[in-house]
Amino acid sequence: MTYIAKPKFHHPGLKKNELGYTHRDYEGKISTLCAGCGHDSITASIIEACYELSIEPHRVAKISGIGCSSKTPDYFLGNSHGFNSVHGRMPSVLTGANLANRDLIYLGVSGDGDSASIGFGQFAHSIRRAVNMTYIVENNGVYGLTKGQFSATADRGSKSKKGVTNTDNAIDLVAIALQLGATFVARSFSGDKTQLVPLIAAAIRHKGASFIDVISPCIAFNNHAGSTKSFDYVREHNDAVNRLDVLVGREPISVDYAPGTVQVVEQHDGTRLALRKLDADYDPHDRLGAQTFLQKHAAKGQIVTGLLYVDPDAEDLHTHLDTVETPLNTMDEKALCPGSAVLDKINASLR
Amino acid sequence: MKPTDISAPDYFHKVVDCQWACPAHTPVPEYIRLIAEGRYSDAYMINWKSNVFPGILGRTCDRPCEPACRRGRVEETPVAICRLKRVAADFKDDIKHRLPKPGPKNGKRIALVGGGPASLAVARDLAPLGYHCTVFDGDPKAGGMMRSQIPKFRLPDSVIDEETDYVLNLGVEFKGGQRIDSLKQLLSENYDAIFVGSGAPRGRELDIPGRKEAAANIHIGIEWLSNVSFGHVEKIGRRVIVLGGGNTAMDCCRTARRLGGESVKVIVRSGFEEMKASPWEKEDALHEDIPILNYMVPVAFKHVAGKLIGVTFQKVKAEYDAKGRRNLVPSGEPDETVSCDDVLVAVGQENAFPWIEADCGIEFDKWHMPKVDPKTFVSTNPKVFFGGDAAFGPKNIIWAVAHGHDAALSIHRMLSGEDINERPLPEVHVSSQKMGIHEWSYDNDISTDKRFKVPHRDKVIALKDIRAEVELGYDLKLALGEAERCLNCDVQTVFSAPLCIECDACVDICPMDCITFTENGEEDDVRQRLKAPSPHHDQALYVSGDLKTGRVMVKDEDVCLHCGLCAERCPTGAWDMQKYLIDMVQAGSTCQSKARSAA
Repeated sequence: MTYIAKPKFHHPGLKKNELGYTHRDYEGKISTLCAGCGHDSITASIIEACYELSIEPHRVAKISGIGCSSKTPDYFLGNSHGFNSVHGRMPSVLTGANLANRDLIYLGVSGDGDSASIGFGQFAHSIRRAVNMTYIVENNGVYGLTKGQFSATADRGSKSKKGVTNTDNAIDLVAIALQLGATFVARSFSGDKTQLVPLIAAAIRHKGASFIDVISPCIAFNNHAGSTKSFDYVREHNDAVNRLDVLVGREPISVDYAPGTVQVVEQHDGTRLALRKLDADYDPHDRLGAQTFLQKHAAKGQIVTGLLYVDPDAEDLHTHLDTVETPLNTMDEKALCPGSAVLDKINASLR
Repeated sequence: MKPTDISAPDYFHKVVDCQWACPAHTPVPEYIRLIAEGRYSDAYMINWKSNVFPGILGRTCDRPCEPACRRGRVEETPVAICRLKRVAADFKDDIKHRLPKPGPKNGKRIALVGGGPASLAVARDLAPLGYHCTVFDGDPKAGGMMRSQIPKFRLPDSVIDEETDYVLNLGVEFKGGQRIDSLKQLLSENYDAIFVGSGAPRGRELDIPGRKEAAANIHIGIEWLSNVSFGHVEKIGRRVIVLGGGNTAMDCCRTARRLGGESVKVIVRSGFEEMKASPWEKEDALHEDIPILNYMVPVAFKHVAGKLIGVTFQKVKAEYDAKGRRNLVPSGEPDETVSCDDVLVAVGQENAFPWIEADCGIEFDKWHMPKVDPKTFVSTNPKVFFGGDAAFGPKNIIWAVAHGHDAALSIHRMLSGEDINERPLPEVHVSSQKMGIHEWSYDNDISTDKRFKVPHRDKVIALKDIRAEVELGYDLKLALGEAERCLNCDVQTVFSAPLCIECDACVDICPMDCITFTENGEEDDVRQRLKAPSPHHDQALYVSGDLKTGRVMVKDEDVCLHCGLCAERCPTGAWDMQKYLIDMVQAGSTCQSKARSAA
């Protein structure tokens, strides 16, 4: 960490978004993570995505569990709602919050320990229930806070900083998310913001369970030769299937793509995702194909990144449960507690 | 773009905008840090070595450093560099024991014409080396225009006495009241070298109708100021018009206010914004209830029976031609006559060399200025050097000092049998400021304070006493606050490409979005691709060599706060904060040979 606060001064020529904010206005406190931590780049990417989407900070709830990754919500969106929950319990807190107030944007921030070990079940259920959220896993393959033991996402055969080889199989959270029905699934790398920022922006605009697995090298314990989550390894083995541009509003796509190389996906809210194909055969609408593609490439040691699957017509938990549109906090007592007569009626209907 | 060569002494020097802009290249951030530490004497000595007259300049400098100050691009106002210099002078201890001693005489004799800042700077540099320096001046005391033209309410005599004495006490011979009337005569006295620092002593005339008839109440600004300074003039009429828009005009109007001028007006040809006077001098004049009227061209002095009654002005407006050049054209409004009792003409200064005979080997150009080499300051007579206003026309004190250093170096080289055209390179020191993981040997916490105002004497009291200094200077609390505003631009961000792992930590933390990792290209193209706009192309881009991904690191130096957060957040030490000190070459610098030592 640093001893001084980040100076308040900003570049005099910084652009402002529709709300009149610069990207600096989306920052939080200064990071206390180790110098060079990949998580700080993800923080910067979330800031950039929220700035670009002109999101009102008070319309965001950022919820996390425990771990290096789960500390990061303190470092972005300093004017948003936040909840630092118990280890692995971010998904259930987020689900509850979402059910109570569907008007907020939910950012679930978690790590590989928080989501693939202690909170694995929570992760799975929030995805299968299609909670409308952006679930970001800052995945470094180690337990950084406890000095670098392998986490559940560490690849079999990869080496720890001390040279020990991991003999356990890795959990691929992307594969699980696909299998459990997530309607927006992506993988990216903290060292590639041009890929990551639009993915976060698109996920925020997606209605349904969005999941992004971001490989985020741990400088202190997992950035050595033999690691499969180091800067060098990820850069060498990164196989990006596409590049994304997020288009909000009605403006035409003016970017000059070569014909046939771009695929436009329109989401529920009118957001258009312009996908520049890097792999000609990859179809981001084919859940089964995506799973096969991932497995094949993983077997070759390649890390597939990009927007791997999107269902633009996805539904979310509220639709499934047919819940009331109004957030609970704006309803009066009478609506929230309609009295014993109504309860009796409900009970009677269940007899 | 090619990787930036940070070992070139000029590269980091330019990043220290204030020092680069200063003609004498005073290490500004270094002395400001010393002020913040309470080491006023040390701060003073750094200044004294570089600009010879810290106390005088701390009150009167034209401050080319301040418009250049990086802080002025980060927020509204630059650091009050000039007034901090005064703090060093005001709060220092006795520094006499730290001054050089007169060196053992080397038998060489130097004559210096004029006792102003240029000549004194030459003498300051040469006397400790053993040269016998003789300074001639028409006035009884040393100081030149600093003493004769700058009003005492801006620069008290005590400050001039102190700092001219520091020079004269180096064994310099001062011949006051002895104006040099003939260069030929001086040349015949076989001095080893002659330095002409006689200034630009003639005020420009305003030859319009009525000038002769009303002469009794029309005064040439600098002559009048000089007469006030020496006590020959003690009052002026009730209504005074000052013609001209430079700093001399500001001194004239403010002096007139103190000598009985109740209604004093400054009237200028140009627009208020384009006036030559420094903004702060205009402010001080306005503060003393002196209106400044613009776009009025004087066309005649009105007089009745040999007595001045007013000045008639033509009204003009500014028009810009296709090339953006400004012309003043009549606005069509009727002429206006402004009544007055006295007029002070401050429309410029000129050089005059009636005392240089045609057969002295000194050639003049078509503007009647001596032909002087801008690097060595030698004239067409290899033994005669010029500096200050005498060399290239009216500038200001800090330029005169800078000329003096360069001329002294030339004289020393010439008399040591060396080529004066060969100028030794400055010595450069670059050292890491890292003390611990997050500790630096400088205060990197950026103050967001706005510029602190210098306290002024109460106006009623100030206007009653022409010798009462108006500015009171910062007290120590204000000085510390102002010193903290300095961004330490001499503590450089130094990047090592081989150590970089491209983790983006520096990019993410940089409060000013200075750093970009991108593909290399031509400069204009790269500037388009930076993280933040890059409007100041005179500010360098620091470009690294190729990194592992084939990209390069590009840092726009423009608005870097030098907060060191890039270095603090760098996991591999690819960024470091290193203090850059450049020792400008002066006569007698230890490093006289052509050597380069840098990062």
